[in-house]
Amino acid sequence: MGKTIAQKIFDSHRVDNPSGDINVIKLDAVFCHEITTPIAINDLKSRGKYRVFDKDKIKAVIDHVTPSKDSKTAEQAKIMREWARDLDIKDFFDVGQNGVCHALFPEKGYVRPGYTIIMGDSHTCTHGAFGAFAAGVGTTDLEVGILKGVCAFKSPETLKVELTGTRAKGVYAKDIILHVISRLGVNGATDHVIEFDGSVISDLSMEERMTLCNMAIEAGGTCGICPPDKTTVDYLWPFISNEFSTKEEALKDYVRWASDDDAAFSKILKIDISELEPVSTFGFKPDQVKTVKEMEKTPVDQIYIGSCTNGRIEDLRAAAEVLKGRKLNPSVRGILAPATPQVYRNAVKEGLIDIFMDAGFCVTNPTCGACLGMSNGVLADGEVCASTTNRNFNGRMGKGGMVHLMSPASAAAAGIAGYITDPRSFLVQDGEN
Amino acid sequence: MKEFNGKILFLDRNDINTDEIIPAKYLTEISKEALRPYLLEDLKMDGFDAAKDLPGKTVIVTRENFGCGSSREHAPWALEVNDIHIVIAENFARIFRQNMFNCGMMAVPLEKEQIDLLFGTFAGKETILTTDFKGSKFTFSSGSDSIELSFGISDFDRSLVEAGGWVDFADKNY
Repeated sequence: MGKTIAQKIFDSHRVDNPSGDINVIKLDAVFCHEITTPIAINDLKSRGKYRVFDKDKIKAVIDHVTPSKDSKTAEQAKIMREWARDLDIKDFFDVGQNGVCHALFPEKGYVRPGYTIIMGDSHTCTHGAFGAFAAGVGTTDLEVGILKGVCAFKSPETLKVELTGTRAKGVYAKDIILHVISRLGVNGATDHVIEFDGSVISDLSMEERMTLCNMAIEAGGTCGICPPDKTTVDYLWPFISNEFSTKEEALKDYVRWASDDDAAFSKILKIDISELEPVSTFGFKPDQVKTVKEMEKTPVDQIYIGSCTNGRIEDLRAAAEVLKGRKLNPSVRGILAPATPQVYRNAVKEGLIDIFMDAGFCVTNPTCGACLGMSNGVLADGEVCASTTNRNFNGRMGKGGMVHLMSPASAAAAGIAGYITDPRSFLVQDGEN
Repeated sequence: MKEFNGKILFLDRNDINTDEIIPAKYLTEISKEALRPYLLEDLKMDGFDAAKDLPGKTVIVTRENFGCGSSREHAPWALEVNDIHIVIAENFARIFRQNMFNCGMMAVPLEKEQIDLLFGTFAGKETILTTDFKGSKFTFSSGSDSIELSFGISDFDRSLVEAGGWVDFADKNY
């Protein structure tokens, strides 16, 4: 019997089988941010175990609330800073260099096919876009990861989502993943890895694959995974050109992680995306999805473009394509948070920031901030946000606020109209120019 | 080992997420104790009033996919500092379930029919859970009504509960 990507990764990283289908696996990287790590750091200190298993495998960032907004967040940042300094963690990103972890770490080249990664953050599943097993964990798992470089997981069953067909203009990776979540339900992939496959995936950029894998957790998935291919190698090449003499050699090495033809999937969901339209969530759960046409005229107070789901350069380009030469509706405030300093810099160079600012957007520094109602765009009671983030839970972006999740193009369109509307009416259609 | 007995809070809703259990704005706290007043602050459920419904409760019985969403261990911690060490549900989100056992607490699944039976028999009544951890048996009782159900958790989860959590277990074993 063949193996899935996840099974291959587990088999090559297993250090123990404490019982039944529980695997203790060794970790290639442990990612850390200032919300979930300080309590682990303090606990390790109190246990007299203030150390890390391998300082080069720890990557850390201050991203959720940065620059600090108050004494408490300043304290969290300070604990991270001192820890990185004390334990000589070189890959630590503080104010000026910091950005949203799941955008920043891939951009730095820290993820490789076949890697095992944990982080005290549920959207760690993003990194599966590289053919890695990457899972969000709590602070205790994180603490053990930091100290021992291991984590325990059930043997991963894999649910395959096979995407075929042709993507229509105005339909983005975000629309695809929201549709997938609506089909699976918020509990549909619990304890499963979601492996994305099919002709649509081959055609997606790494950034788009990250958007897909990022939201695997919203269907309960432990990790989203895309098979590594030429696109993966091309993205990673600046970081791996000293490891392989040619891209072909790298590709040959990486494709061994891909699922075997006779691998056993617990379930296969086949979706032809040809008829898919731009979509939006409508309730307090990410599986409550309608087309933007069905949501047409739903008024919004705020547009938020950013986050680990949709704060990368391609997302900014997609939104800018809609916004170019247009203004936000006066009833709407727009907030753009480029996910990393590099995204920000590139957006400046490409003239995208001008487009956003001309439209009336506030451009903030890279941070998670508003996505989880922490800072930089918290909603008031009764307010509605068209957001490119990943969670529409009750109170997520502010107590009493309502969040509609959608693509950057759809959010931009809602900003111009003042209500949810089809972004395609703002896009240059093929053939026009 | 922690206590897994006491008065039950019934939460009749699926998909209660960790933002509802403890909103993100409280994640700036760096002590577990500071989370105590905010447990279930944003729970969206008709008729639920944390101030009235929470005091004295040490067990939660709920429906599907409890603890979905964020990985925040602040959710189990917020339960823990309110003396709630056990949640019984049809099923759990993976990270929440793991976090509970990692803290030496329990997230125990029961069959849908069993959960239905518990809601049908006891919801709205003062109900007590008694847990026989070694014998893997729950006894639910209210007045003259009593239901006994056996439960299953893996040997690994059991050893985490006995060890008081994953840090001590891992430190000893790896």
